[in-house]
Amino acid sequence: MAIDTDKNSYTVIFAAVMVVVVGSILAFLASYLRPTIVENERFEKQQNILYAIGVNENGDDVGAVNFIPTDAVEAEFSKYITEQLIIEGDKITENKEAYLIDLKKQLAAKKKGESFKLPVFIGEKDNKKFYVIPMYGKGLWDAIWGFVALDDTMTVQGVYFDHKGETPGLGANIKMRYFMDDFYGETILKGTQYAGIAVAKGNNDPLNKTKDDNEVDALAGATITGNGVAAMIKESVNLYKPYLETIRVK
Amino acid sequence: MALLSKKDTSLILDPLADNNPITIQVLGICSALAITAELEASIVMAVAVVFVLGIGNVVISLMRNIIPSKIRIIVQLIVVATLVIVVDQVLKAFAYELSKTLGAFVGLIITNCIIMGRFEAFALANGPWKSFLDGIGNALGYGVILIIVGFFRELLGSGTLLGIPVLGDPILKTGLYATGYENNGFMIIPPAALIVVGIIIWVQRARTPALVEEN
Repeated sequence: MAIDTDKNSYTVIFAAVMVVVVGSILAFLASYLRPTIVENERFEKQQNILYAIGVNENGDDVGAVNFIPTDAVEAEFSKYITEQLIIEGDKITENKEAYLIDLKKQLAAKKKGESFKLPVFIGEKDNKKFYVIPMYGKGLWDAIWGFVALDDTMTVQGVYFDHKGETPGLGANIKMRYFMDDFYGETILKGTQYAGIAVAKGNNDPLNKTKDDNEVDALAGATITGNGVAAMIKESVNLYKPYLETIRVK
Repeated sequence: MALLSKKDTSLILDPLADNNPITIQVLGICSALAITAELEASIVMAVAVVFVLGIGNVVISLMRNIIPSKIRIIVQLIVVATLVIVVDQVLKAFAYELSKTLGAFVGLIITNCIIMGRFEAFALANGPWKSFLDGIGNALGYGVILIIVGFFRELLGSGTLLGIPVLGDPILKTGLYATGYENNGFMIIPPAALIVVGIIIWVQRARTPALVEEN
């Protein structure tokens, strides 16, 4: 006997069964894979922070981003990152898991006027001290985020940017070496103001030789993503200003 | 008996040229505009769509006699969305780097009109094996155009292929750039994809006059 697929009762039952089946498949898969995914995300964060202070596998490769491999990253992270701090209001505490703090949630709490935590990572490499601060902002389509490593004169020692859904070939290029490398050596200060670093079009300095102009060369075809990066840096350094003022060599 | 009958072969080969989803059926243009600024992204998208359309067509074909016609579009949408999410989650767990490259495409695959178009036009009326071939064929036809467009846009717009500079360094003025050549910034913005697709359609119709409509 053929089923009458046009009947309303059949349609409703079919829809209900399908929702249950699809829902269970996805729920099962998500809970089964969750631990592995969380682990991957944790390693990625460690890789990103290390990348910002120049601990990476770039070597002689001038083109691509090469992270510390995932199986070695945990050891390297505890070797180079000597201190992890959480700033909560005026209180600064040490916490070994500060890097797991989700900046997005903290910024949302700040917006609602609740108390929020800001993580800072202090790294040491070749007897030099780095202060790594996380950043979070908006690109053209979706979230962008990253880390910036500063020394005690507020000069950028390295950055790492990433994005959720910027256009491949355009905005997505913020995670390319040729863009990120330009930030090295730039200062975030203009006088005593925390001006950040603008992503500027037509600044007549495509090779980025001027390091005190608070500007890097923009990406062609990615104006909004570039502006998003500039706004993100400016917001983050100002958010951390009270802390940065305490470490800055004046 | 051969693995593929003559009809089966045409299911795969027709969409590559004379019944191409982009240049003839004019489907899937939106994602063709969005992601073809780079060759690599075009290839990744092509592979992902081959996978999703191949399997999705089989699933829909197997369910074709029990899907209530009133809600068939919703059912199709759920099948695509589920497939894409499953792939995305599995990649996130076992091939994290690759999943980050694919991240931007997940939404684009779900809304790709070629996928819904093939479910609706083919899989609902044909058996699983034929639907599978049809899905692979159409996805390949889509992929071919994507790769051609990506090739020209990346070469003319950025002077690179798969991220590797092939024309010299535009800032240090080496290679072709020493002669005064400049990258064409227009090629990396989406309208350039329409023009490249337009040229492909033109070439294709000039070579195959049968495709040109009368009047």
